Amino acid sequence: MGWIRRLEWLDLLGILTGLSLMAGLYFALVYAPTERLQGPVQRIFYFHVPSAWVSYLAFFVVFVASILYLWRRSAFWDRLGRASAEVGLVFTTLTIVTGSIWARPIWGTWWTWDARLTTTLILWFIYLAYLAVRSYIADPNRAARFAAILGIIGFVDVPIIHMSVVWWRTLHPEPVVVRAEGPALEPPMLVALLVGLAAMTLLYVYLLVHRVMVEETRDDLQLIRQRLAE
Amino acid sequence: MSGFDRLAALVAKDLLVELRSREVAYSTLVFALLVLLIFNFAFELRVENLQALAPGVLWVTFIFAAVLALSRLFAAERDRGALEGLLLCPVDRGTIYLAKLISALVLMLAVEAVAVPVFIALFGLNLPLGPLGLVAFLGSLGFASVGTLFSALAAHTRTREGLLPLLLFPISVPVIIATVKATGGVVAGEPWGVTLPWLQLLAGFDVLFAGLSYLVFELAVEE
Repeated sequence: MGWIRRLEWLDLLGILTGLSLMAGLYFALVYAPTERLQGPVQRIFYFHVPSAWVSYLAFFVVFVASILYLWRRSAFWDRLGRASAEVGLVFTTLTIVTGSIWARPIWGTWWTWDARLTTTLILWFIYLAYLAVRSYIADPNRAARFAAILGIIGFVDVPIIHMSVVWWRTLHPEPVVVRAEGPALEPPMLVALLVGLAAMTLLYVYLLVHRVMVEETRDDLQLIRQRLAE
Repeated sequence: MSGFDRLAALVAKDLLVELRSREVAYSTLVFALLVLLIFNFAFELRVENLQALAPGVLWVTFIFAAVLALSRLFAAERDRGALEGLLLCPVDRGTIYLAKLISALVLMLAVEAVAVPVFIALFGLNLPLGPLGLVAFLGSLGFASVGTLFSALAAHTRTREGLLPLLLFPISVPVIIATVKATGGVVAGEPWGVTLPWLQLLAGFDVLFAGLSYLVFELAVEE
């Protein structure tokens, strides 16, 4: 993947990400009106929902990369899966933390065993295991293969976990954007949310590309060390 | 040999090894009984709270014991280098998976078959054995089907036994929820209309997890 390094587009992407994050802050904290019932604490929604979206996106990328790795057996797909799982785990943590901060004043508790919260927590554990598998296996090919198996099973498991936890109980607010009757958000709020979504997605892509490059360098180093030892 | 004969031969081999050494069965069973003992102190199990706590107590016990048994599932093959021998046998990897799954299931059910009567005797709660046996079978099947796959994965890691619960518990949450709910219905003597949806869900999970594990097992043992 030498072309990634040669091009300047990564710097451009970094600048764009920084700008859009600042725009996201402006839209979330200044532009969007204060919610009538919840007050200013509702503004965390503009960070919470984009983080959750990016986690699901990241784990979907892990799923696709896992399938492609098992099919093609190329190190690139393995690195992509590894990188995306790590970034996804960070955003899942962000989702849970921002959600807790919001839940404390609104629900009166940091945590409840609601369907969405429980699913997210289990998701967090699954991808923690995904990264653990990688670090506990010495042989890199085997580590990649096992992680890919987990990347597939884990993702297929998500809707099943969600369904079973929904049957178990639920309390989380219903979706306000994607629903049959059209968005229930006020237009300025929707704009703030969309800017937040775009900024977080850019941040994800930026971090992902960097993470893949770090993994690539690490693999190269490993190879050089091996050659030197021979 | 037909596919079925091969499967039977592999299961017979595992069970024979276990019958001769009784290594896993004894340690797992004693472990299960000790967990029940600890639960008694932890929750001060009495007749008043027993009906509400029984499903949780039973399944935490069974699942912990199952992890112990599953972590030893590929131990003999790994320690004595017999995994290569097994893989060189003229059987496909799916058959090896099914054989290991059946061995694990037999072991789990054997431990449960001893632990449940002990539970009834110790705590004096009358459990309907027939329906409970059905729930235990379906629940153990679901747990063992993913467990067998992950046991094969964990056998190759540095921490071996340490990694198995990390992989197994989050993935098997749907099975655990459905099993505990169904057991709760059975213990409380609810009408079948309440318990049946959970049993159907559980059967669905069993098919899904066993099918998926059967398909990817080949990748887990590939050399």
